[in-house]
Amino acid sequence: MKNRSLVSIDDFSKREIVKILDLAEEFEKQPIRKLLEGKVIATLFFEPSTRTRLSFESAINRLGGKIVGFSDSSSSSVTKGETLHDTIKMVSSYSDLIVIRHPVEGSARFASEVASVPVINAGDGANQHPTQTMLDLYSIRKTQGTLDNLNIFMVGDLKYGRTVHSLMMAMSRWNATFNFISPEELKMPDEFKLYLDNIGLKYYEHSDFSDIITKADIIYMTRVQKERFSDPIEYEKVKNVYVLKNDMLKNTKPNMRILHPLPRVNEIHTDVDSNPKAYYFEQALNGVFTRQAILCTLLGIK
Amino acid sequence: MVVSAIQNGTVIDHVPAKQLFKVIQILGLDHIDNQITFGTNLESKKLGRKAIIKISNKFFKDDDINRIALVAPDAKLNIIRDYEVVEKKVVEVPDTILGIAKCMNPKCITNFEHVTTRFRVVSKKNVALKCYYCEKITDQENLQII
Repeated sequence: MKNRSLVSIDDFSKREIVKILDLAEEFEKQPIRKLLEGKVIATLFFEPSTRTRLSFESAINRLGGKIVGFSDSSSSSVTKGETLHDTIKMVSSYSDLIVIRHPVEGSARFASEVASVPVINAGDGANQHPTQTMLDLYSIRKTQGTLDNLNIFMVGDLKYGRTVHSLMMAMSRWNATFNFISPEELKMPDEFKLYLDNIGLKYYEHSDFSDIITKADIIYMTRVQKERFSDPIEYEKVKNVYVLKNDMLKNTKPNMRILHPLPRVNEIHTDVDSNPKAYYFEQALNGVFTRQAILCTLLGIK
Repeated sequence: MVVSAIQNGTVIDHVPAKQLFKVIQILGLDHIDNQITFGTNLESKKLGRKAIIKISNKFFKDDDINRIALVAPDAKLNIIRDYEVVEKKVVEVPDTILGIAKCMNPKCITNFEHVTTRFRVVSKKNVALKCYYCEKITDQENLQII
């Protein structure tokens, strides 16, 4: 996998993904290793994303690498009108690997074509965010002991949420069963349901939480954002329907864990936080280990 | 309308009349020195109004000619040698489309920077193109030729 880029989770085979997850496990056991000593990693954040940037920078620092870059395009040459093409060409000669976050969809794929070094997509608009998917997979495998044959519940904004789309596509390779819980306006798009139909995987759609969640192995929560609704009254109607509370977890399976890409607003009540089934903060920490594994893999170090 | 026959070359028939200039553009016929005659708004039972293009001493590779399939899916080619039709061909939508089409996603990088568009054809019947960059689908209804 040396010198490959990670732009979309589909770029990697099942075997390659498992290899990265195995390596992430090693980093969890021993996070501080100077494997990137002498390497320079560029982190180009054309839009702010504190969580993702800090997670990457923490991963790089733990590996002893050095960071160049910017956290906001207002402090870069973009404000002078430089094209992405030219920025990437220039940065490739300054660094051994580029991490890019950009609001324009497809920008990371384009960057990977222009760059002479590997590129990691840290989010390109509403399109892909593969390192998030990788850490979701890691969290699922870690808490369930396997990725095979799980019952995955996805809740909230299933229409625009890129993390749920990528995770669904990835988990479909491990024979998952899906339950989608969302308001009518934010249902899983047809193209994804068609995909599941074509490969013969089962999925069920619900408009609210019900006893069905007692069957879940994983509940993947997302934010229902007000700005996604064309009609504000519709938002008012549903805004409290997709909130997970502690008393709803009573009869859920002992192995069940709740994931959330964060930041959360109100969709998981704070009374869930102390429940051992709440896993979202550990999930965020797993992001550092998986990013360490991805960096080393693409640089051919491990 | 009488159009003189060509001795050697290619006749492209059954081009929808309104797509004639797109076909000319896609095949780069506006940049070559060969003799070309074309007729348009000719009556056609199948297409209503069709266009026909005759290009002397020009023979296309399949890959090149298939590029017009997006705008002229029913086009038929006659290969002429010594005034005789020696071969007939139909066009076929290729598996990948380079250039030619515009991605319908306004937030796609190809609509921001100078990037040659690239699509994987996910459906040939009702043409659906998946953008290699933003991964969104451009369908027949929203298909725009660059």
